[in-house]
Amino acid sequence: MSAATPNVGIVIVSHSPLIARGAADMVRQMVGDSVPLAWCGGNPAGGLGTDMAAILQAIEAAWSEAGVAIFVDLGGAETNSEMAVEAIGAPRSARIAICNAPIVEGAVMAAAEASGGASLARVVATAEELSPS
Amino acid sequence: MNAACQIAPMPVLVRIGPVIAACCADIARHADRLNRLDGAIGDGDHGTNMQRGCEALLAESQRLEALPLAQSLAEAGRILVMTIGGAAGPLYGTLLMELGRAMSETSGTDDFPTAFAHAVNAVARRGKSGTGDKTLLDVLFPLSDLLAADNKFETTPAKVAALAEMTVAMRARRGRASFLGERSIGHMDPGAASCALLVAAVCREINGGRRA
Repeated sequence: MSAATPNVGIVIVSHSPLIARGAADMVRQMVGDSVPLAWCGGNPAGGLGTDMAAILQAIEAAWSEAGVAIFVDLGGAETNSEMAVEAIGAPRSARIAICNAPIVEGAVMAAAEASGGASLARVVATAEELSPS
Repeated sequence: MNAACQIAPMPVLVRIGPVIAACCADIARHADRLNRLDGAIGDGDHGTNMQRGCEALLAESQRLEALPLAQSLAEAGRILVMTIGGAAGPLYGTLLMELGRAMSETSGTDDFPTAFAHAVNAVARRGKSGTGDKTLLDVLFPLSDLLAADNKFETTPAKVAALAEMTVAMRARRGRASFLGERSIGHMDPGAASCALLVAAVCREINGGRRA
């Protein structure tokens, strides 16, 4: 975590803690400490699933005044991330985006973009170019 | 009891503690079935997840009962979001949080059907889904219409069970079941199944603990 950088932060939310951590490892390998980064995976009981409280903590951990881009895998990860963003509330929630992008490729490409100081909108657009709409 | 389902007096008549206990017991009794339904077209943990959420409500039951009804519903929703750990958490959580919010904004008591309709629409927005998608909304939307049409509460459990049954023939358009395409047809949606169970348990408690 390097709160000193003004770069956009990256949050990775998977149903599996192994996937979330692995994707975060790949982001670190790419951009080192130049981008605030946090991950979470698994349900509140430690099984596969997602945990709204853990997502909230991850957003706080990766928080940047430039904003935070969240990468999710399947349905519940997205829905629970939306709840977490709403729980954070305005004005910060306006600076958090849940990206429509593949979790690994999206996070790595977004982080590369973020490490150069790109805006949240630019970071999100780069990641979402991976998903044909 | 029809007066209770008009809900004008519902905040007075209904104690949330016994309602939570009834929901928790029924979900526990049917957890394996819900897991099997979810296993057929999803990831197989819906019963376990719902049971975890209901047990968290039960643990907070006394605190919830001390709150005004609208506030306790909203708080129950927050607890479900924090504990269910799947897409059902935000969906059931949104239902109760928005129901509580709508009831407190209308000073609560006189227009439950409108508050419920508001909450169901919020669930639809949360799930980016509508009727016929093979989700719990296929129970909630018709239930909302039933409430608005001055329905007898005694017959609601049978009606919601029939609504859940109707999802068997549907092709899933939302959630993990949608990945199966045509193969999702022929299985009851686990969210519709748990929704019918919970509605039946709530109705039973409002009717004085009698099974329909």
